[in-house]
Amino acid sequence: MYPAYLEENIHIVEDTRVRRLIEAVPRLDEAAKADLLRSYHPDYIATSMRELAVGVNKGDRAPVELADLLEGSSRITPDEIDPASPDYNVDVLVIGCGGAGASAALLAHAGGARVLVATKLRLGDANTVGAQAGTQAADRPEDSPAQHYLDTMGGGHFANIPDLVEVLVKDAPSAIKWLERLGVNWDKTPDGAMHELSGGGTSRRRLHSARDYTGLEEMRVLRDELTNKKIDYLEFAPAVELILDDRGQIAGAILLNLETEELLVVRARAIVLATGGIGRLHLQGFPTTNHYGATADGLVLAYRAGAGLIFIDTMQYHPTGAAYPLPILGQLVTEKVRTLGAQLVNGRGEQFVMPLEPRDVVASAIIRECGERGLGLRTPHGEAGVWLDSPMIDILRGEGTIARELPAMVRQFRRYNIDITREPILVYPTLHYQNGGIKIDTEGATVVPGLFAAGECTGGVHGRNRLIGNSTLDLFVFGRRAGAAAARYAKEVKRGHPTLEHVRRWQQELAQAGIAGERPVSPHLLPNYARRSRDHTRQEI
Amino acid sequence: MTEQARLLDIYIMGRHCRVPEGLTILTALEYSGYRVVRGCGCRAGFCGACATIYNFKNDPRLRYDLACQKAVEADMCLVQIPFFPAAKAAYDLEKIKPNGAKILELYPDIVTCFGCNTCTKTCPQELEVMWFMSDALRGDIAAVAEKSFDCVMCGLCAARCPQGLVPYNVALLARRLYGRYLAPASAHVDERIAEIEAGAYDAAIDDLKQAPEAELRRQYAGRDMEPALEQQWE
Repeated sequence: MYPAYLEENIHIVEDTRVRRLIEAVPRLDEAAKADLLRSYHPDYIATSMRELAVGVNKGDRAPVELADLLEGSSRITPDEIDPASPDYNVDVLVIGCGGAGASAALLAHAGGARVLVATKLRLGDANTVGAQAGTQAADRPEDSPAQHYLDTMGGGHFANIPDLVEVLVKDAPSAIKWLERLGVNWDKTPDGAMHELSGGGTSRRRLHSARDYTGLEEMRVLRDELTNKKIDYLEFAPAVELILDDRGQIAGAILLNLETEELLVVRARAIVLATGGIGRLHLQGFPTTNHYGATADGLVLAYRAGAGLIFIDTMQYHPTGAAYPLPILGQLVTEKVRTLGAQLVNGRGEQFVMPLEPRDVVASAIIRECGERGLGLRTPHGEAGVWLDSPMIDILRGEGTIARELPAMVRQFRRYNIDITREPILVYPTLHYQNGGIKIDTEGATVVPGLFAAGECTGGVHGRNRLIGNSTLDLFVFGRRAGAAAARYAKEVKRGHPTLEHVRRWQQELAQAGIAGERPVSPHLLPNYARRSRDHTRQEI
Repeated sequence: MTEQARLLDIYIMGRHCRVPEGLTILTALEYSGYRVVRGCGCRAGFCGACATIYNFKNDPRLRYDLACQKAVEADMCLVQIPFFPAAKAAYDLEKIKPNGAKILELYPDIVTCFGCNTCTKTCPQELEVMWFMSDALRGDIAAVAEKSFDCVMCGLCAARCPQGLVPYNVALLARRLYGRYLAPASAHVDERIAEIEAGAYDAAIDDLKQAPEAELRRQYAGRDMEPALEQQWE
């Protein structure tokens, strides 16, 4: 239930619905979009970034919260650990187990490798499960992979690495098919045609969904398949450092058992990093849609081992995070709500942006509406927001559409006595996705021999802004490629002698830059939400 | 200015704590100084990691929910469930037939369900768990898939079943069988995969890759946009 003054404002929203049925807000042209982003997108706040002082990307800009971790000190003391006496000895170690890690593990296993999966939380506790809207693949007759390519490049502001985008769009239909053969239940019409929806920045209906539980459906199937294939895994065991050998190749990793706090040495011929995103760093104090472990660990590990990063100065703020009620502040209100027909409306009941512009554009428009224009609303807790007019969906598409297509959203708000089939949702941008990350080639390989990466921890394919449905697609396309490539590499590599010399060199580099001990230890592993002091009043969510 | 939140009395594993209104069970634990390792995942109601039980100081009846979704209330007595052991059958999806006999073979204990309905009452997603278990028993795979679709696999049904059944894993088997064998085939996906493998889109994508950025921008701005609605609304 909304407080009375917000209920009062909803009447204004209701009054403009008839007009809005036939009202179309025009798409912005490129110049207007660029102007909006420059003025309102959080990435453009100069003080939120700084230049990296050490490492491959020295001189490049990164969000200050990420820069602190990239310039951080190692959690281990190299002299106290013998990397040559392992607790586990495998061909391929997969670090992280969301959609990308699980896909990589399955393909590495199929490629004949002995695989170990190590993950910080449980198998599958990752951003993948929270992906609601769908997975893109150009497989309808009205669509083509070339059209998907053009949409993806434009969404990414033409900064995307073309070779990666080509692979993404060409592999997409077979990724959908692969998941279906594993038992994923896609939304379909009775004749077998995929029920596909549009998204922000897509010129065709191309989103394959499973109600609004798409990522959950994908993840629970992949996780089940990992156990069916009897692939070994370690839960609550994040990696804290990579091990190289005297030839500069990957030789393994050091894991931390989060419960016993012992360090474990894994010898591996190849590693696939699939550690996901960064939302739990709460850049600029934003709430996030991300899972508990999204703390940029993979970026830190790869960077210290000499891999390059790309586009780390660009984050995705999802336009529609929940602004009310407080217990679910910042949690995702899927873009599917807009693809189904809900409009964004200010406190006067007026639309202010075409709801299916790319995400960075919509987020910027909401920030402008609540900030400079002063036409947003405020919750009793002081959060700003605009209305996402969900009841329009049933008006446009018929009674029952919301219940059928958005059961997770209906359920989430019903807990707080808000019926989204009858009342709009109050939303504000929330930190959602890391557009950039570790630089890879089309096989997921980094510049460090034997080090592969896939999924949200990588960068390049999405350019400077990812489109809806291209993130889960990225997981399966590049997760599978990286897993298969890692297995092939592991068969051929001539192993050297494992060392932690690169960690010693890193600590020296920090000292030379005058920042040794100035930064926190990293990787960060888990956010610090436990309240310790009496005067701490702001609860991070 | 924001209002000062009302403080609620709660009991965490017996310890009395006071927390502001508006927190979830999970953030109330954190507010009270606990650093959670197990029992926390997506923090958004999708992963099932934070399944929890609670009751109230003056009402011993156990209740069940997801700690990241349930708002904390006065006089709640909270615990954390770090892990619950539950059986999962291993199978090769490519080698099994989509019929009820296979479900019974992999999960023979489901015949011991005596219909107490505790699973249904336990489900934080409010699914009809007992009903889809009886569908499984009858071999109606499509019905199990449909009714269990919103399952986040938190495991509370298995934790409370007096017979030790594991409804969430039975349902997953049924959904995988449905998706793999019983869902209508999507010919357009197969056709597109064959076209891509035959190189039908190579030239078009090469042209886009070679195009100067200004040309790419021109084509992007001039895209024809397919309507978002399947059928045009009049």
